Amino acid sequence: MSLSREQLAMRVARELQDGYYVNLGIGIPTLVANYVPEGMNVMLQSENGLLGMGQFPTEAELDADMINAGKQTVTAVTGASIFSSAESFAMIRGGHVDLTVLGAFEVDVMGNIASWMIPGKLIKGMGGAMDLVAGADNIVVTMTHASKHGESKLLPHCTLPLTGAGCIKKVVTDLAYVEIADGKFWLRERAPGISVDEIVAKTAGEMVVPEVVPEMEF
Amino acid sequence: MAGFNKVVSSYAEAMAGLEDGMTVIAGGFGLCGIPENLIAQIKRMGTRELTVVSNNCGVDDFGLGVLLQDRQIKKMISSYVGENALFEQQLLAGELEVELTPQGTLAEKMRAGGAGIPAFFTATGYGTPVGEGKEVRNFAGRPYILEESIRADFAIVKAWKGDRYGNLVYRHTAQNFNPMAATAGKITVVEIEELVEPGELEPSQIHTPGIYVDRMIVGSFEKRIEQRTVRAVN
Repeated sequence: MSLSREQLAMRVARELQDGYYVNLGIGIPTLVANYVPEGMNVMLQSENGLLGMGQFPTEAELDADMINAGKQTVTAVTGASIFSSAESFAMIRGGHVDLTVLGAFEVDVMGNIASWMIPGKLIKGMGGAMDLVAGADNIVVTMTHASKHGESKLLPHCTLPLTGAGCIKKVVTDLAYVEIADGKFWLRERAPGISVDEIVAKTAGEMVVPEVVPEMEF
Repeated sequence: MAGFNKVVSSYAEAMAGLEDGMTVIAGGFGLCGIPENLIAQIKRMGTRELTVVSNNCGVDDFGLGVLLQDRQIKKMISSYVGENALFEQQLLAGELEVELTPQGTLAEKMRAGGAGIPAFFTATGYGTPVGEGKEVRNFAGRPYILEESIRADFAIVKAWKGDRYGNLVYRHTAQNFNPMAATAGKITVVEIEELVEPGELEPSQIHTPGIYVDRMIVGSFEKRIEQRTVRAVN
């Protein structure tokens, strides 16, 4: 079985470490916050200018001046700080955020990522994604391995306009956990019940398959 | 002491001097921390051909979106737009120009502009459409692109508390782009929720020192919420 959205988030959550500052993108990355292991403390960074994002407010706590980068109303945890967007991107660009998780349309063997623009469709903008991928050393991309039509999203070269060049090293898809190094994909783990053959068939870029590819456990 | 009294009493006075073709930097992120009444004043004035620098462009009937209704904006410099149907229509019809700029680069363009730095190198956007045609320089083996800073004829800003010297503090995440915007206007106009007596704001806790502020007006705010998300009480 390919991973559900929740399982994808659970797998990504295993990359967390106690004391990490983490930026989670919109969509599946946001779900990672639900799977922080018991006893572990992480601070969520929201790029509009909040370090220490908490859960959604109750009706009584609702405050128009308290939002996250997705423009949703949120709360702040104890120990949080709030600052300008310039300060926020100084943290991001300066490499101070320990882990960044974001979605993508495509990644390739050179670690390029395309996630913001499909030519011919309305272009709404990149928001903070280009800064996040340029600034972070530890980035996890979450995406489906192939499109609904079966076209691979792990490519020899991205076909869409890039969000960042040579910046992606880890990808968690619904089929596999893949690392990118030396111009190749390296298959590290497979989703429960998914064969190596299926993963290889759905990976357009060159992929190195070790003798043993452990199955993820949930 | 009048030289240090930045308070004006009408929105007409606050935005006096704004002319067709000028550039306006606006603080705010989404609908959070936007100078909503200064935007409404620009709509009343009917100023046209404006270049507006702001992270977003509001929604159809609120925030900067209201300036689209009478086609007052010629060009937007933003990181994320298209939360409104009018924006999309005018963009597709070629009536509106958009320069998409990464969010951190946009914030830094304002910060640098206000700080007298004409340009800066950043890795953000290298190898992407944003980097096309821009100077590239390698530092410690990594390529960076040259981005020019931004200044504007007017900066419009929303703050929480201010004193008549123009010292400002922002409330929660309504801070966002406002402190940088405040530094980057030839004329900086601030809307505040509450005017406090000089001395009430702790000097070391002030977000924006009054030197950046030219005019200040006390407003009342709708503070519309774009994505209302709440959790149930257990």
